Amino acid sequence: MSSTVISHGAAHHDSHDHHHETFLTKYVFSQDHKMIAKQFLITGIVMAVFAMVLSILFRIQLAWPDKEFPILEVFLGKWAEGGRIKPDFFLSLVTIHGTMMVFFVLTAGLSGTFSNLLIPYQLGARDMASPLMNMLSYWFFFIACVIMVASFFVESGPASAGWTIYPPLSAVPTAIPGSGLGMTMWLVSMFLFIVSQVLGGVNYISTILNMRTKGMDLWKMPLTIWAFFLTAIVGLLSFPVLVSAVVLLFFDRSVGTSFYLSDLVVGGEILPNEGGSPILFQHLFWFLGHPEVYIVVMPALGLTSEIISTNSRKPIFGYHAMVYSLVGITVLSFIVWGHHMFVTGMNPFLGGVFMITTLIIAVPSAVKAFNYIATLWRGNIRFTPAMMFAIGMVSFFVSGGVTGLHLGNAALDINLHDTYFVVAHFHLVMGSASIFGMLAGVYHWYPKMFGRMMDTKLGYLHFWLTFIGAYLVFFPMHFMGIDGVPRRYYAFTEFAFMEKWVSVNLLVTWAAIIAGLAQVAFLWNFFSSIWKGKKATQNPWKSNTLEWTTPVEHIHGNWPGEIPTVYRWPYDYSKPGHDDDFIPQTTPFSETMSSNLPHDFEGNEEAIRIQNEWNKQNNREIVE
Amino acid sequence: MRFKINNRFKSLFGCLLIVGLLFATPSIATQQDSVVAETTAEAPSTEPAGVEAAVADTTATEDAAAETATVSTSSSTSSVSAAAEEETTIDPQVYKNFTYYVLLFLVVCTIVAVVLKVISIYELTRKMNGQYNPLANNNIQATLFIVFLVLFLAFIYYGYSVWGAWAWKPAATEHGKDIDTMFIVTTVIITFVLVVVHILLLSFSYIYRMRLNRKAYYYPHNDAIERLWTIVPAVVLTILVLFGFFTWRKITNIPEELQKSALQIEVLGEQFMWRVRYPGADGEFGKRNYKLTTGTNPYGIDFNDKSAWDDVDGADIVIPVNRSVRFHIISKDIIHSFYIPDFRVQINAVPGMTNYFQFTPTLTTEEMRDQLNDPTYDYVMLCNKICGSAHYNMQKKVVVVTEAEYKEWLSKQNKYFNDAVQKEFQLSDNKESQDLSTASLN
Repeated sequence: MSSTVISHGAAHHDSHDHHHETFLTKYVFSQDHKMIAKQFLITGIVMAVFAMVLSILFRIQLAWPDKEFPILEVFLGKWAEGGRIKPDFFLSLVTIHGTMMVFFVLTAGLSGTFSNLLIPYQLGARDMASPLMNMLSYWFFFIACVIMVASFFVESGPASAGWTIYPPLSAVPTAIPGSGLGMTMWLVSMFLFIVSQVLGGVNYISTILNMRTKGMDLWKMPLTIWAFFLTAIVGLLSFPVLVSAVVLLFFDRSVGTSFYLSDLVVGGEILPNEGGSPILFQHLFWFLGHPEVYIVVMPALGLTSEIISTNSRKPIFGYHAMVYSLVGITVLSFIVWGHHMFVTGMNPFLGGVFMITTLIIAVPSAVKAFNYIATLWRGNIRFTPAMMFAIGMVSFFVSGGVTGLHLGNAALDINLHDTYFVVAHFHLVMGSASIFGMLAGVYHWYPKMFGRMMDTKLGYLHFWLTFIGAYLVFFPMHFMGIDGVPRRYYAFTEFAFMEKWVSVNLLVTWAAIIAGLAQVAFLWNFFSSIWKGKKATQNPWKSNTLEWTTPVEHIHGNWPGEIPTVYRWPYDYSKPGHDDDFIPQTTPFSETMSSNLPHDFEGNEEAIRIQNEWNKQNNREIVE
Repeated sequence: MRFKINNRFKSLFGCLLIVGLLFATPSIATQQDSVVAETTAEAPSTEPAGVEAAVADTTATEDAAAETATVSTSSSTSSVSAAAEEETTIDPQVYKNFTYYVLLFLVVCTIVAVVLKVISIYELTRKMNGQYNPLANNNIQATLFIVFLVLFLAFIYYGYSVWGAWAWKPAATEHGKDIDTMFIVTTVIITFVLVVVHILLLSFSYIYRMRLNRKAYYYPHNDAIERLWTIVPAVVLTILVLFGFFTWRKITNIPEELQKSALQIEVLGEQFMWRVRYPGADGEFGKRNYKLTTGTNPYGIDFNDKSAWDDVDGADIVIPVNRSVRFHIISKDIIHSFYIPDFRVQINAVPGMTNYFQFTPTLTTEEMRDQLNDPTYDYVMLCNKICGSAHYNMQKKVVVVTEAEYKEWLSKQNKYFNDAVQKEFQLSDNKESQDLSTASLN
């Protein structure tokens, strides 16, 4: 099967010019995985900037709860009358910030971009299994983004029940204005987004399983591909459950059913709904919602593995353990959702069970973190901006991950649930870590995407401002949470015990503003380098994986001739006995007789015999 | 060639910006505009006030144009005249300040660009002289990681000692003490991991930075080490899990006789307040049916149930010290959360179901005040689940008193079955019996 694909592609390629590409088919309705990846990335960046601006708006409110900023009224009109953000709009800001960051930036922007870019490239495929589905996946995502942004132009404002949209708050428009048309748009947008994810996920999985080039068995795949593969599986199994949650909520809101509603008296009006359960929604939501955080962080871990290994000039430590820990996370991610619901009134015994499964998931995560450190040990580390971000990602993953031991513990969660401690935890472990993984990926694969290099110095500037900024923003929040300050509070002015935190809020907001402005360095770097960056060479990072064997100029079908064959795993960096400090996957063992190890032949006796003969002739002794 | 021209244009633009700002500075000294004076007073003290006003002044003409534009739009669009009117009330100074900050940011960008250019020129000259070390940048970044490590550890220390001291108050309940112990044990473990991992991560980054003529150590795996760092976290986690599981069971799984012997209090959450109900002398709450909610009976108590007649409406949550209290948490409209940080107590208020939390307070409010040395300190119960615009101010005072004080307080509280309700109840009762008779006739 794969051979026919290859020959078809190759034949196709020799007569390349007969392809008629208009602007529309090349840049807009493109079915080429490289272009779709760029579309995902740029849409993701736009959404990230939008969501970041929202976060700065509510940070301003939190830092200066009593101050007026008339300029806000200029931009926001009635939502910031007199220059102060209104409480309802504040809730909309946090809701849409969360939704956009989690779904549009860190799900679509991250795994959409890099799965599309790297799966065909690193596996040696001409394109995705279904280019058409791939294109649809992007366009469904794009429409979802448009609808979500459009909800800001609705009279009653965008959805404002928190990104978790718990009913009844999200179901009853009289409870909060954002639960009017804005919420409907949220649900429609999310529905389209899930369609996009399912289309994408099916495509990623089938491509990885069916379209690997000759020699690329599963255990020769780069960790990036493993991460995308497992992420796609998690997404495919969990997103449809969110569809059911969303559709039932849509029915409750628009058709008058009572799946989630019962016994409600809102604003003095007795509602007719009976027999529903708000807890049901939470189960359905978190059945996706928890795997979702792994959907967000696993691609970042995959990208980081690849970048750390390449730039340490050293094989990733414990490749198999890395894969097995990803598999472990994948499986466990489906049986831990209840830890979001310890205090909702779920059966306490069930809470205890979820607590056990939750804390188990810390083991594979810890293995990953230790393996990264072991990879750095005795490496020859080259600090490209991508490497800086990858190290930053590991730092965040650890700093945010450790507080999971508090939150995963049901007894401790009683006091920490829904406080700033939670905000600090997940912003570090899945927010900052994933964003850093994504940025590392952008810096690393930029030459592959655009054929040019990004500016290194601006990259360093961007890294340091963002890295320090993120710690200054999120680290102090732990302490607010321990003191019992709830999240999603519009102002800390109504409680005596919160007043001391206003000064910390000032620090946090200033750090957020500076880190936010630092993103201009990235945006400038990103967009100006598309046209003005230094021309990239074919393999600028001296990397082993297949994507660096393709020409710098993008061509349809990726490789001009036949697809290369893969002979070895992707992490042969600094192999003793070899001249270069890297051996691409396409180099056969017959060309590297001086560096082969018995282990490389995987029990192929003929090959071992030939190697031993060669060793004898050349007086080579293998010290392992 | 193209590169050169482009470069010159950028630096020219930057120079113009800076020169313009410099020129604008002295002109303002002569100005005595009251509006300007006002805003300079408001301006952050770190900025030279004169410069700010100067920029505002130089951009005044543009603002005037913008202003006229807004005026014209307001006249042309009649349907949104109200909104337009609001817009016109915005002080022009607002636009000036905004423009000023935008310009300030551009200046910062220009400075950054100039610095980066200077660095690259420096590097180019080093290259020309053959003195360039291709790993110079690498070494700088590696050193920065070490600097960061030191600052990071100092920051953690500062956080723990200052903010930690602000945040930490010992629990004022029995089960809270168990939670606190566990919290501290967990925190010690994670702090150790956090610090060690960061020391390793960042110091390895520095020690093993790239050197010429060195090759990394080919070390793809070591099963023994990997097993070790799978098993050690697993063991630590097992201990934490067991510890946590039994504490959690102890808190949530209370024997039935203790449930019954406890003092019962019901708390109802609604947008954006809490209502408290004590069962009265009979020790039993009257039935509640949300369909009976009216203006005079906002709680929806069913007064056909006689045990409702002595139910007490608590103004605050007042509980006796050292006695087990069982809270019944319900909601009238949407999900709220009953959260008392000092007690390590939290449970959601969910419409359509009752949640329970039973605990024993160990410190009276007075004792807590003494302990904290804060004579105004109060326990507070707050809503901890997003519930709408006034979510941030949905609170109820919690007071822990001695048994005697509690009884005295309780006797002074109003009953839910007050005069107004009684009147209405009798009316509706008559009507209901009429309804019933007509129904039976039909």
